[in-house]
Amino acid sequence: MENTVEIDWQKMDEIIDKYQSNREALLMIMQDISDIYNYVPPEVIPVLIQKLNVPESLIYGVATFYKTISLEPRGKYIVSVCTGTACHVRGADKIMDALEERLAIKEGQTTDDLLFTLEGVRCIGCCASGPVLNVNQETHGGLDRTSAVKTVDSYS
Amino acid sequence: MTTLENREALRSIRSSFEARLRDSKKKLISLCAGSGCGAYGTAKVYDTLMEQLAEHNLENEVEVKLSGCHGFCEKGPIMVIHPEGIFYPQLKEKHIPDIVENTIKNGDLVKKLIFKDPATKKKITYEKDVPFYKLQQRVIFGNNGIIDPTRIEDYFSVGGYAALEKALFDMSPKEIIDEVKKSGLRGRGGGGFPAGRKWETCAKHHGDRYVICNADEGDPGAYMDRSLLEGNPHSVLEGMIVGAIAVGSNEGYVYVRHEYPLAVTNFSQALESARKYGLLGKNILGTGFDFDIHISRGGGAFVCGESTALMASLEGKPGRPRAKYIHTVEKGFRNNPSMLNNVETWANVPVIINKGSEWYASIGTEGSKGTKIFSLVGKVMNTGLVEVPMGTTLRTIIFDIGGGILKKKKFKAVQTGGPSGGCIPEEFLDLGVDFDELTKVGSMMGSGGMIVMDQDTCMVDVARYFIEFLQDESCGQCNPCREGLKQMLDVLTRICHGHGREGDLELLEELSDMVANASLCGLGTSAPNPVMSNIRYFREEYETHIRDKKCPAGVCKPLFFYEIDQELCTGCTLCAKRCPEEIISGEQKAPHQLEQDKCIKCGICYEACMFDAVVVK
Ligand SMILES: Cc1cc2nc3c(=O)[nH]c(=O)nc-3n(C[C@H](O)[C@H](O)[C@H](O)COP(=O)(O)O)c2cc1C
Ligand code: FES
Repeated sequence: MENTVEIDWQKMDEIIDKYQSNREALLMIMQDISDIYNYVPPEVIPVLIQKLNVPESLIYGVATFYKTISLEPRGKYIVSVCTGTACHVRGADKIMDALEERLAIKEGQTTDDLLFTLEGVRCIGCCASGPVLNVNQETHGGLDRTSAVKTVDSYS
Repeated sequence: MTTLENREALRSIRSSFEARLRDSKKKLISLCAGSGCGAYGTAKVYDTLMEQLAEHNLENEVEVKLSGCHGFCEKGPIMVIHPEGIFYPQLKEKHIPDIVENTIKNGDLVKKLIFKDPATKKKITYEKDVPFYKLQQRVIFGNNGIIDPTRIEDYFSVGGYAALEKALFDMSPKEIIDEVKKSGLRGRGGGGFPAGRKWETCAKHHGDRYVICNADEGDPGAYMDRSLLEGNPHSVLEGMIVGAIAVGSNEGYVYVRHEYPLAVTNFSQALESARKYGLLGKNILGTGFDFDIHISRGGGAFVCGESTALMASLEGKPGRPRAKYIHTVEKGFRNNPSMLNNVETWANVPVIINKGSEWYASIGTEGSKGTKIFSLVGKVMNTGLVEVPMGTTLRTIIFDIGGGILKKKKFKAVQTGGPSGGCIPEEFLDLGVDFDELTKVGSMMGSGGMIVMDQDTCMVDVARYFIEFLQDESCGQCNPCREGLKQMLDVLTRICHGHGREGDLELLEELSDMVANASLCGLGTSAPNPVMSNIRYFREEYETHIRDKKCPAGVCKPLFFYEIDQELCTGCTLCAKRCPEEIISGEQKAPHQLEQDKCIKCGICYEACMFDAVVVK
C-alpha cells in the first residue's frame, strides 16, 4: 500500500510538548499520533527518538507490544467488532463473518480504498448490549448480522 | 470555583449543595449517558428532550441530568423522572414529545412507555419497584443514577468528600489503615487480597510511595470499573486521596484501558475540578498535605492488568510482568513502594471511612465483606450491573434479578472470574457468591464478570475461546505460558473441528498442570482454570465431541447439522424468508425442507423459528 500521509509537524511538536517530552509517555504519544493518522507513520519515529531521548528498539518494542498501535496504514474507519466473552456467547463471530463478507477482507485487514479496517477487540465495556461494535469511537449495540452490515454501510 | 482553604470551607460548600438537592422543588429528569445506553442512542434522545422542553418553555422548571450508568443497560436508554421516580426504559427520540407533553407538563403517565417486566409481564411504573433494582443493595453504585459525573457539585450534594475530611482531620494514618483492615475489605480486581494489609505493608517501606488505581479492566464481559469511572469518578478519586493520606504518598496514577475514552474524559474532568477546589494539589485544605494524580492510558494488552506489568507499562515500557520475589508494595513503579488497588476497591474506601468499619463488616459473609458489583451478561434476560451483598446466591442474581434465561431456554452454566475463572454448572446455583466459595468450586471472583450460558453454548468452544484469548495475550516471556497454551489451543481446536483423539483430555490435564505450576505470572498460573473447571463439570460434552464427533449445542460447525422437524414445522415460511443462501423450501402451511449440502450453518433459521422446529443434530 502506498503511503501518502502528509505529516503535520507542528501538531507532532504539540503532542510531544503536551507530555513534556516525557519518555514514560511514549505509548500515549504514539496513541495520540494514531488518533490523527490511524497509525504511527514511520517518518515520526526518528523525531520521537530524538525528542524523547529513547532508543529505537524501545519504540519498536512498545509499538509492537501494544495492540492499539499500528505501524501500517489503517482505514479511515476502524470497525472493531467486540469478541469479548459476553459478545462471544451472543454470537459475535457471526457479526464478524458477515462483515468479512461485506467488506471482502479478513479480520485485521484494511480495504484497498483505505476506508475500513476490520478488527476484533476483546470487550469495549458495553457487554450488556452485546453483540456490539465500534466504528472509531462510536458504539453500536444490540446487533445481528443484518444490522451490523447496515451500520457499517452507513459510514461509506 | 474557589480553592477550599480549610475544613470549614469544605463543610460549608458540601452542606449548601446537600441542601440544594434536598430542597429542590424542580422536577429532575435523569437520563443515563453511560456507555451502554449511549450505544443505544442517548445523545439523540437528549437533543430531542432539550428541544421539546424549550418548545414548551419548560427549560427553567425542569432540571435535566445526563447521569452515569444506572446499571440496567439492557433496557437503555433509560430515563428516570424525580421526585416520583417514574421509570421509562428503551427510549427513542419519537417518544420524547409524549413524555414532555403528558408526564412533565400534565403529570400523567405515558402508558405505552411504562416498563413491562419481561419475566412476569407486569407493568411497573416506578424505578424502585423494578425487580432488577429491588433486590440489589447499591452501596457503591447507588449514586450513579442521581449525579452528573462531570459536576463535582453533584458529588458534594450526596455527601462527597466527607471521608476525605474525616481522614485528614480526625484520623491518623494508622487509624485509617486500621479502619480499612477492620472493615475486611478485599481487593475487587481479582485476587481478593486484604486491602488493609496491603496498605500497612506499603506504609512500612521507605521511598517515594505511589498510589495507583488499576482501571485496565481486562476481563472481557466485565464493565463495572468503566461504569464507576464514568458515572462516579469522584468516589474513586476520594478513595485514592484517602489511601495516599494513609500511606503518605504525594503522587498517584490511574491506568485506564484505551478502549474507555469516556472514562478518561470524565476522570480527567474530575481531577481538574478537584484541583480547582484544592482537593488535589499542594497544601490540601490547608493541612500541608500534597497529592496529585495522573492518568495513563493502556494499549489494549490484557497482561497489563497484572500489577508488575502495569507498572512497567506506566514507565513507558512494554508491559511484561516480572517475578514477584520482591513485592510491588516494596519496589514497584519506578522502583518505589507502590500501592495498587482496583477501581471498585478504591470506591469502597470512602464508604468505609464515612460509615465505619463495623457497619461495613456487617454486610457480606465471614470471609468477604461488603457488596460486590457483578456484570450480569450473556444469555440472561436482564443484563446489566448488579450490586449485591457478598454471599447472595447465584440463583438470586441470575433468576430473581436477572429474570432468568433468554427465550425461555435452559440454564447451562455461569462463567465467573473471566479468563482466569471457570464455568459453574446448575448444581451450584444455590452457592452464596463470595471470594472463597467461588474458589472452592474451581472458579474465582475475578473482577465480577458473570456470563450466563444456556443450552446453545458449547462448553468445549468456551474453553477454546478462553485459551485462544490467553495465548494471544501471553506476553511470551516464559516458556510454559507461551508454548503450553499454544499446545492446549491446538488440542482444543482439533476437538472442536472433529479431530479429537482418545487421550486428549488427559493430555489437556497434563498440560494444564504444567502451565499452572511453571508460569511466571498470574496470567499463566490461572490460565488453565477455564479448561479444568470445564472438564470437571462437562466431561461428557467433551467426550461426545471426541468419540461421537458431535456438538450437542450446535456451535462447532463441523460437528452438527440443522434439520427441520417435519412434525413441528408449521410451514410459517419465516426460516425460508430469512435464509441467506435460499436453500429452505416448502409450501405455506406445509413442513419445509433444508438442503443439507448447501447449508452454511449460520443459525439464522434456528434463531428465527418460533416453533422449535429447526433442530440441531
Ligand atoms: C493477567 C492478569 C490480569 C489482571 N487484570 C486486572 C485488571 O484488569 N484489573 C484489576 O483491577 N486487576 C487485575 N489483575 C489483578 C492485579 O494484578 C492486582 O491484583 C489488582 O489490581 C490489585 O488490586 P485489588 O487488590 O484492589 O484487587 C490482573 C491480574 C492478572 C494476573
Ligand atoms: S464482551 Fe463485548 S462489550 Fe464486553
